[in-house]
Amino acid sequence: MIRQRIVGDLSHLPDHAFGPRSLMWWGILGFMLIEGAGFLLAGGAYFFLVGHVQPWPPGQTPPTLTWGIVFTVVILLSEIPNAWTNNQARHYRDWPTRIGLILMSLAGAILLAIRFLEFQALNTRWDADPYGSIIWALMILHTVHVVTDLGDTLYITIVSFIWPFDGGEYSGVVDNCVYWRFVILTWLPIGALVYLGPRLL
Amino acid sequence: MTAGQDLEPLEDEALRERLERVWAHPTGWRGVLTAVDHKVIARRYIATAFVFFFLAGVLALLMRAQLARPESHLIGPDRYNQLFSMHGTTMMFLFAVPVMEAIAVYLVPLMCGARNICFPRLNAYGYWVYLFGGIMIWIAFAMNVGPETGWFSYVPLAGPEFSPGKRTDFWAQMVTFTEVAALAVAVQLVAQILKQRAPGMTLSRMPLFLWSMLVTAFMVIFAMPAVMVATTFLITDRLVGTQFYNPAEGGDPLLWQHLFWFFGHPEVYIIFIPALGMVSQIVAAFSRRTILAYPAMVLALLANGFLAFGLWVHHMFATGLPRLGDSFYTSASMMIAIPSGLQIFAWIATIWDGKPRFKTPLLFVIGFIVIFVLGGLTGVMLASVPLDLQVHDTYFVVAHFHYVLIGGAVFPLFGAIYYWFPKITGRLLDERAGVWNFWTFFVGFNVAFFPMHILGLLGMPRRVYTYKAGLGWEVWNLISSLGAVLIAVSMLIFIINVLVSLRRGKVAGDNPWEASSLEWATSSPPPIYNFLRIPVVTGREPLWEGDKLPVMSGLGETERESLCVSIVEAEPDIRQKSAPPTVWPLLAAIATTVLFIGSIFHEWAVVWGAIPVAITLCGWFWPGRPTRKALKERSA
Repeated sequence: MIRQRIVGDLSHLPDHAFGPRSLMWWGILGFMLIEGAGFLLAGGAYFFLVGHVQPWPPGQTPPTLTWGIVFTVVILLSEIPNAWTNNQARHYRDWPTRIGLILMSLAGAILLAIRFLEFQALNTRWDADPYGSIIWALMILHTVHVVTDLGDTLYITIVSFIWPFDGGEYSGVVDNCVYWRFVILTWLPIGALVYLGPRLL
Repeated sequence: MTAGQDLEPLEDEALRERLERVWAHPTGWRGVLTAVDHKVIARRYIATAFVFFFLAGVLALLMRAQLARPESHLIGPDRYNQLFSMHGTTMMFLFAVPVMEAIAVYLVPLMCGARNICFPRLNAYGYWVYLFGGIMIWIAFAMNVGPETGWFSYVPLAGPEFSPGKRTDFWAQMVTFTEVAALAVAVQLVAQILKQRAPGMTLSRMPLFLWSMLVTAFMVIFAMPAVMVATTFLITDRLVGTQFYNPAEGGDPLLWQHLFWFFGHPEVYIIFIPALGMVSQIVAAFSRRTILAYPAMVLALLANGFLAFGLWVHHMFATGLPRLGDSFYTSASMMIAIPSGLQIFAWIATIWDGKPRFKTPLLFVIGFIVIFVLGGLTGVMLASVPLDLQVHDTYFVVAHFHYVLIGGAVFPLFGAIYYWFPKITGRLLDERAGVWNFWTFFVGFNVAFFPMHILGLLGMPRRVYTYKAGLGWEVWNLISSLGAVLIAVSMLIFIINVLVSLRRGKVAGDNPWEASSLEWATSSPPPIYNFLRIPVVTGREPLWEGDKLPVMSGLGETERESLCVSIVEAEPDIRQKSAPPTVWPLLAAIATTVLFIGSIFHEWAVVWGAIPVAITLCGWFWPGRPTRKALKERSA
């Protein structure tokens, strides 16, 4: 056994931190990079198929804009309670954080309901042609992320009512808010491909 | 205990007892199913990957037996299709990537001076998913539902029209299993290396193996989603009638090739770059000298990582690309030889300038340099479009990638096994058997694969189950098959050496090679908590810096904790809780398996199968401490 010499003590260090100082933040960043790469490649596949299928869309009506616009407006507005929840958690405020989590769960549920209506108004089927296939693929990819974050938010909300928060869980709420921001931001290019692509390309 | 204090043995004993209590884990079957210790998971990972390696090797022997003479009827065309598909699939997806990640799962936390890997439960989950995916495809193969369209499963051959039944669906889902597992490890490696290094281990002091694994992990993160997108499109084309690859409806088979090779080419480097890290560690230890040109070596690793993403189209030269595309990918393919060459020169110079001890690990490194350089040279040849078009899909390509992959990854891997076996097991592998293992492998490999260059130039296409006599291929095929037998003998020597040394090998001690990185600062095998106290790093070669290792106390001694540091300077920052053992990752992996296999048969399995996955994830993250109600009652 190599001989040792103590040069410091680690017992005084804090047991949690927020943002990039937190380990979980890096874990979530890793998953966001993976999913972001998936979105990018699906977007690449979209443009590859645009080059092969002309006109785009091939003899079909583009997705109806109404529910797409509603979804976009609501998901952008959801950043307000998201940012607020983030702030409450960073200040270790118990009840406001829990209220923020309830609001975010509601926002997720409302968005899923709107997404259901969007699927009804895509005006194409996944098996119609490559255009229909990629439009459905992009929509399902993004929906999976909305569902995942809703599940995660609901879980944290329930836990927050049964167990008292500790610092690590406040940090977890902040990380969840970061992930929701990713879900919002990725919708903008995906929404553009689904709704504007068939009109502009 | 105060800073600057030297330690008495009695204090060590008391601390050891405390740590054993805190980091204790269940024994027996419960221990097997609930393990989250990175060393336990990594040992299983390595053993499983080697089982798949030997199984795929047996398939290779069967193929060589079939090809040893012309017009052989030993194996029929359908079975032969499954043999080469399973061989490639197993070697790439179930052996090469997993074994490199498995070794990293064992070594990275130790090299970082950490108590456990940063996400221990995710680690356990990744292993179980990998295991179940591998078992699934091998059971499918045993039931005659094995893949049949090669390891890169080109459409339209792999599409619903030309590959009816479930064979290709099992293949596509096996890819999903292994990618989930690989991505789980990659995320951990990024977080571990950036956030959980030893205090003082700044980025510029990181061992080259850590650098190589950091680059690899980022490559996995950016490359693997491509194959997941590709195989998801394939399986939906086959199951629910999407039209991504169907030219009759405007889809394009080339979309598959682009997506697959955007993953497939970086994949080669995902296998190769960890091997570069292993070589650097071995060369430094056996040359008794720090690696020459460390900053250039780090930059070369980064350059390899970046350039690997710009080469995928060189797999598609025969599809008829625009001239500009040809030129761009030719130059990119040639350019990657520069960072690879730089590293080879640095290792040779390090050995040259050091005091080399030619033990088995270093022999394997030298074997690597020779074989990999030959593979690299044929790579530069293949990067040239006119030559590529002549030898496309011939045995020349088979020879090239076996030189690159076996030379570039398997030789360093064997060196790594000989090098780190004493750390993992506490015993040294037998040196004489190691030398035999090396020479039989080196000679057998060249006898098996060098003739394939000639066969390719003579026009023998790959993936043919037999060939006519009189084409001039007989002798070279026979020589190649004899080489394969010699490789099998070499593997037998290796297996016997491992089994005998596990029981009767020479006891290793903490640092049998007098190496410099932190994994050698603890006992062999390491205790469950890895280090008695957290090591502090003051230079690039921490164990060569002085006779006493600076350490920090006060972490993980009363509850399971690991240390988070700042990213660049590695200054201590947070005491991070480390998850205790639990069965939930296993249950989550079982639920994931049900979902993936179910989706081969019915698309709605993705929806219904997600419910048990969600339940098991809730169990996984369920907080194990007093509820609000309990605390209220207690305070009342």
